[in-house]
Amino acid sequence: MIRVTLPAHLQTLARTNQEVELDVPGEATQRSVLDALEARYPMLRGTIRDQVTFRRRAFVRFFACEVDLSHEPIDAPLPHPVASGSEPFHVIGAMAGG
Amino acid sequence: MKGVRVLVGTKKGAFILTSDAKREKWKVAGPHFAGWEIYHLKGSPADPDRLYASQTSGWFGQVIQRSKDGGKTWEPVGNKFAYDGQTGTHQWYDGTQHPWEFKRVWHLEPSLTDPDTVFAGVEDAAMFRSTDGGQTWHELPGLRNHGKGHLWQPGAGGMGLHTILLDPTNPKRIYIAISAAGAFRSDDAGRTWRPINKGLESKYALPDPDAEVGHCVHRIAFHPSRPNVLFMQKHWDVLRSDNAGDQWHKISGNLPTDFGFPIDVHAHEPETIYVVPIKSDSEHYPPDGKLRVYRSKTGGNEWKPLTKGLPQKNCYVNVLRDSMAVDTLDSCGIYFGTTGGQVYASADSGNSWNPIVHDLPAVLSVEVQTLQ
Repeated sequence: MIRVTLPAHLQTLARTNQEVELDVPGEATQRSVLDALEARYPMLRGTIRDQVTFRRRAFVRFFACEVDLSHEPIDAPLPHPVASGSEPFHVIGAMAGG
Repeated sequence: MKGVRVLVGTKKGAFILTSDAKREKWKVAGPHFAGWEIYHLKGSPADPDRLYASQTSGWFGQVIQRSKDGGKTWEPVGNKFAYDGQTGTHQWYDGTQHPWEFKRVWHLEPSLTDPDTVFAGVEDAAMFRSTDGGQTWHELPGLRNHGKGHLWQPGAGGMGLHTILLDPTNPKRIYIAISAAGAFRSDDAGRTWRPINKGLESKYALPDPDAEVGHCVHRIAFHPSRPNVLFMQKHWDVLRSDNAGDQWHKISGNLPTDFGFPIDVHAHEPETIYVVPIKSDSEHYPPDGKLRVYRSKTGGNEWKPLTKGLPQKNCYVNVLRDSMAVDTLDSCGIYFGTTGGQVYASADSGNSWNPIVHDLPAVLSVEVQTLQ
């Protein structure tokens, strides 16, 4: 079980709480976690990463275990505490006004 | 019971304003999609309870929302807008070539006959269509590939396709407009397109006086009974075409400025048109701090200011291109929204005005549904 936290606007869009739990088949990577997230919440497609290029949106970051993982390769294994479910994978919206 | 439903897109959410046919007392519902930019929302002429909304965010991109109950509840539908084939390049602000990149949906235009068919005008400029209620979107690539797409360029607000007019007398005819590419017409339901910009002058932007594309058209409008007669508010000048856009001529006449964004046509008088003059392209507010709608009852050239109920001093708001609409009640109602968050309504063709709301976020779009 992988735990993922979502920023407020995406919680509203997906009609869910801040933290969601996902069954992720195979190795836990950014790609496999986001694939599982979007499969369960299709309305989140395109809001975290581009639907064609799979590039992370510029104002979105991925944190876990007190580390910014945003620039890690999307197929790199996530830290063990994320893979084991003891720590969440945080999807963060940039702190910016507008 | 007859009434109206005013659909307001703002910088921080959507609002739905409803009234009976008197248009004196209003109910305000919203914000829907709080915190998101709602560039546009519009109802289906074939099913007034079917609404579509363009919800966008600098953080989280594009979402399309659909309602089947007149805006009480909404569901997100498809938001994948992938350009067809090679995306190519267009002109950038500095004159260099720049790749086409999808940014957002500026305008949604539901089909006149099928609630599940809806067109989307997007930035970077292109036209998409959905025939399954917004679940999937497919580009009409003939527009972007008409031959001179590389000469299109963004206006200050981006290179958006902002106007879509569906001819009610000819299902194969569609007009669209793009800032800053110009107006285009399709006579084969969107398969092929041709620029319709003869007569437009953009001498400070385009050195070629006969430039086929590159014009900063802000809005076009027609009366549904006479879709060959088009009215245009351009970056500079108000213009008219009596032959479906083949040739345009100026009708700015005695307007106090030649700049502005919206233009619309009275529901029952095809020669009565409305604009909101704005001082200039760098000063996006009304001249002299007076918010005035100008009405021509002669199809242009002769204009009179409409001021009753509108602020006539210290007013420095803007009225954006998609922020004016008309209802079709016997006494035609005119509506417009401002960047100051007011939505003004006139139930008497513009003779007098009242604010429905004063303090919304900046208004990006206004549409009206006349309910039977």
